[in-house]
Amino acid sequence: MARKEYAFYPGCSSQKGASASNYLSSVESMCKTLDIKMTEIPDWNCCGASVSYAEAGELPRHVMNARNFALAEQNLPGQDIVATCAACWLGARESKERLEHSNVLMADTQEALKEAGLNIKVIPEVRHMVEVLIEDLGYDELKKPVKKPLDGMKFAGYVGCQTNRPFGIHGESFENPMYLDKLVESVGAEPTQFDQKVTCCGGALAFSEPDKAQAQIKDIIEAAYDSGAEMLVTPCPLCQANTEVYQGQINKKYGTKFNMPVLYYSQLMTLAYGGSAKEAGLDGNVIRARKLEEFAAK
Amino acid sequence: MAEMKTAAYICKGCELGSRLDAASLVKIATKEGKMNLVREHDFLCSADGVALIKNDIDNEGVTHVAICACSRRAKTEAFNFPANAVSRGNLREGVIWIRPDTDAARETTQEMAEDYVRMACAEVKAMKVPEGNQNTGGVKTLLVVGGGISGMTAALEASKAGYKVVLVEKTGALGGMTAKLYKRIPTREPFKAPEDNGIADLVAQIEADANIKVYLNATLAKTSGAPGRFKVEIAVESGSVATEDVGAIVQATGFTPYDMNKLPHLGGGQANVVDQAGLEALAKAANGGPIKRADGKEVKSVVFVQCAGQRDTSGEHLQYCSGHCCNTSIKQAMYFKDSNPDIDTVVLFTDLRTPGNGEDFYRSAQNKGVIFSKGVVSNVSANGGGCKVKFKDLILNEETETDADLVVLATGMVPTSGPDLDALSEATRAAEGGDEAAKEQVVQMKSKSVLNLDYRQGPDIPQFKHGFNDSHFICFPYETRRTAMYAAGPVRRPMDTVQAVEDATGAAMKAIQAMENAGLGKAAHPRAGDLSFPTARLEGCTQCKRCTVECPFGAIDEDEKRFPLFNESRCRRCGTCMGACPVRVISFENYSVNTVGAQIKAVDIPDEFSEKPRVLILACENDAYPALDMAGMNRYEYDAFVRVIPVRCLGSVNTIWITDALNSGYDGVMLMGCKHGEEYQCHFVKGSELGRYRMSKVYDTLKGMNLEEERLMDLEVAITDIETLPKKINDYAAKIVAMGASPFKGL
Amino acid sequence: MSDMNQQMTARYKNNFLKEIEEQAEMGDWVKMCMQCGVCSGSCPTNFHGGWDHPPQELFMMIRAGKRDEVLSSNSMWQCVSCYNCYVRCPRKVPITHVMHGLAEYAYRLGKAPKGQPTQHLSKTFWDNATKYGRVNEVKLTQSLYFKDGIGSGIKKALEMQSMALGLVKAKRLNPMEAVGGGHKCKDLKGIHAMLAKARELEAKRKGRQPA
Repeated sequence: MARKEYAFYPGCSSQKGASASNYLSSVESMCKTLDIKMTEIPDWNCCGASVSYAEAGELPRHVMNARNFALAEQNLPGQDIVATCAACWLGARESKERLEHSNVLMADTQEALKEAGLNIKVIPEVRHMVEVLIEDLGYDELKKPVKKPLDGMKFAGYVGCQTNRPFGIHGESFENPMYLDKLVESVGAEPTQFDQKVTCCGGALAFSEPDKAQAQIKDIIEAAYDSGAEMLVTPCPLCQANTEVYQGQINKKYGTKFNMPVLYYSQLMTLAYGGSAKEAGLDGNVIRARKLEEFAAK
Repeated sequence: MAEMKTAAYICKGCELGSRLDAASLVKIATKEGKMNLVREHDFLCSADGVALIKNDIDNEGVTHVAICACSRRAKTEAFNFPANAVSRGNLREGVIWIRPDTDAARETTQEMAEDYVRMACAEVKAMKVPEGNQNTGGVKTLLVVGGGISGMTAALEASKAGYKVVLVEKTGALGGMTAKLYKRIPTREPFKAPEDNGIADLVAQIEADANIKVYLNATLAKTSGAPGRFKVEIAVESGSVATEDVGAIVQATGFTPYDMNKLPHLGGGQANVVDQAGLEALAKAANGGPIKRADGKEVKSVVFVQCAGQRDTSGEHLQYCSGHCCNTSIKQAMYFKDSNPDIDTVVLFTDLRTPGNGEDFYRSAQNKGVIFSKGVVSNVSANGGGCKVKFKDLILNEETETDADLVVLATGMVPTSGPDLDALSEATRAAEGGDEAAKEQVVQMKSKSVLNLDYRQGPDIPQFKHGFNDSHFICFPYETRRTAMYAAGPVRRPMDTVQAVEDATGAAMKAIQAMENAGLGKAAHPRAGDLSFPTARLEGCTQCKRCTVECPFGAIDEDEKRFPLFNESRCRRCGTCMGACPVRVISFENYSVNTVGAQIKAVDIPDEFSEKPRVLILACENDAYPALDMAGMNRYEYDAFVRVIPVRCLGSVNTIWITDALNSGYDGVMLMGCKHGEEYQCHFVKGSELGRYRMSKVYDTLKGMNLEEERLMDLEVAITDIETLPKKINDYAAKIVAMGASPFKGL
Repeated sequence: MSDMNQQMTARYKNNFLKEIEEQAEMGDWVKMCMQCGVCSGSCPTNFHGGWDHPPQELFMMIRAGKRDEVLSSNSMWQCVSCYNCYVRCPRKVPITHVMHGLAEYAYRLGKAPKGQPTQHLSKTFWDNATKYGRVNEVKLTQSLYFKDGIGSGIKKALEMQSMALGLVKAKRLNPMEAVGGGHKCKDLKGIHAMLAKARELEAKRKGRQPA
């Protein structure tokens, strides 16, 4: 039996062929090393994300998350739900909080769930992968399996918004959370003094209002370079995608020469634990992390 | 008192023994200090060390003790010998803690210590054992003037502490302004709703209290005497006069609302416009039911105008914020919302200031649906059956207007503090010069007097800003510039009832302390317990009256021969009179022109070729000296060429000290005193200001001596300047080094 | 004017604050704003300009009854859901959700600015996510590009081509999803029934005519 077991909520972007598929592969590899068993919630559905607010309304959004709660509770009793995506985590946790604080919402939710033959008894804890790592295992445990420390590599720890606000990681400040820097340190790399670590990447506005979002992304990448970082590291799929895939367009628009790889913390950990480039999902990076590919090959 | 026998004690504890050459210090105390007895001890403040001193006092006849150890501010309980003259040589905070422990620094550090030993010996020899003021009064009854919430609280608190109280109230009932409130701002958790004004309960407590004697419909016709022995004449309605002996006074005479008729543009004087007191009357009449206007119409919409005639920059109205009015409007808006949630209640404010737990109260009002709009009202006019309020919405940045059945103006508090003494004395001078209008004015002003003090400095407590009877808002709340008289409540500064209760309690405690000290012939704050008091060698007095005029506390009258007459119990022992006296005839037994002068002379002045300048620092004992001590505690280093002498106040610095120092070869003199002027921080109100004024005259003397002006430096120091002070000292010392040696050396 | 707008105007008359308190998600927090402006200073979109009113101004306008101006404002549509205002608000007003709530209500009333791109995204995203229970990223992207018609869609697709190609090469965008592939939930019937019920209950709770 694994030392920890969780009900896994991968989210839409972490599916095969989706925008954060390499996040998923590196998480799988990382969890294997750490002896964490993640069982996918059967037939889970989308959390609704933040941007659906106008069309979805209030109750339908909570009902979507409630369905996942009910499925997790029914199929994986006693296990915490763990999300890797910041938005999934936020959306689910928000719904949990609202439902637990409003009898009216809860009653309506149960009535809607009945239509799908489901029912909630107790809503499981909803946690982010990062919480599992630092709270259930701790930095010391994360350091133990390190076989190949990422010596001398400099990363700007880009925490972004939704793993940081409004809930955040327990004990961290909203303005200057340190957990990502500590994760970078625990794999032997060096976190830079990065002053845009909690700046928003534009979120969903990257699709609807690309000019506005890209202006924000430009500030973030620029600050990462200024801090002396070689690469960016993040816990959020949308942060990863936004800061990575628009660098080319930003270069065209602003005349910049950005070419900075953007990694997930799980990719760094997989590599430090001796995983291959493929296990770490390096093939999924649009801006190739050559330095890490070479490191993995060594 | 027995013949003077001196003793010096050199402590070797706290690393003094390893950092300094104690044997040499002993030698200096013996040979140069000429002490009758000199001892060293490894740990002087220990029981054993203290017993050593005690034994010398008891069995060797030692009367004068020079303790060369730590700062005079440290170990005061161990080194407490009230029957002896005691001086302190500050070798720890003043020497080893501010100097580096290096071989290079050892010589100058030792020289510093040796000078402080010389100074301690010289000082103690110039001191006398204070014998205490014989002219005391032992009355322990407190007079409380004003029967509102502040006055009643002060009376009850004093009574609970076991003191008798005389309570004088000018109206026919106790309760004051608070009794007129329908409800008051909440005083306890959860701070969400107005609560009972609490007056009935207080009045019942007063009536049941045998310690408290109440005079209603009464005023003070005359207050004479001094702390511990005031005599007050109380005029009562019947025309008769009662006399009471009291030991201290709490003035809690409250406020009147600013006259809204002075605010016609805001509708002051219009039918459907009231001030906050007016609204309380309407709410009281409604008693929880629908609030009705004077014309009987039920109010369905109400607008509160904050800062009406307050925080005014034009100079026309009150310049200050009265502190309570935002919370009061919140409370009054709740009167409406609680009786009917559908009543439109709008509060127009520029800054909502809700001290205390008012933030919770504010939130509660928002929850109840009170609308708060940030806006400046320009005009209130009658409109149909109600009012039209024109205002600029500061968030939406637009001129707009709203209609209301009733408008409430949050006018401010005007203290009931008696006439302004400066204006009164000016009018009196004009009246004495024959000005008829001024004569009328004097009569009119005097009629407003609250205390009718029989003091040469005027009939009431001096006012601080805007007519409030305050004196030192930072360090000593409730203190006034008259000893044993305390101001509490809105007469001291604008405040709400919660603050007034706290104020009254504090003032009562202070008054009790003052009465007790007066009975023992001791000083009140800030030198509480000091037994010394000023005396004048009248045969040398030129009757210049500077001491009587400059005393910040009105302690000095003139006798029938026009000599100064000290009311010792009124004195705070600041020494401003001593600094003022041009012929130096005023002194204290333990603090005089001599005790400081002797220290200045005791310092060894190296010759001009030694490259060791000497800078004298005269440091205020209330702020600058503690700041220097704390610099030492933090091990902030400063120059070894300075020698520091604490003074009671810059006001006590006699210019002779400066000229003597410069004449005898000091290269520079630094004065460290508290901030003066409008935002003064001087513990004696005017001391640092007067001291600085006098020092400005010394610059002429410097010119006469052909010395650079920079040889005298005046530095404003606050007790918090712990980190910056050493740098300022070093900068000045460097400047003096650059300037070169004083030409007076070795003369 | 939509039916629902007429219905609400009649119901709340001039009490717009009450209307927002009852109809918009978290709308009952609006009255708690104390006008400090920390939200405006914390909003990343503030620095681009282009919004009509900062949050605290919107709240004041609600209190001042400026119904049309508030509901047709573009401000709430600028929200990037970064929750900066939310965590910094000294009054703990959940501003992010209030913004979403205002946007949703304006949208339901048909008062929201026409052609607002984020409004379109919101609908597209939700429709996409609920159709199969999970998001189909290719179809989502397509429908976003072609919202203004085919010509504009092709232009946008071309602009985005290199980016999309990069994702395809990195196996993070699967073109096959566009033609019937893609991830789906198994119990789609249950999900759709559940959502229909939720919409019905929400309309009932807010006293809105069922859509």
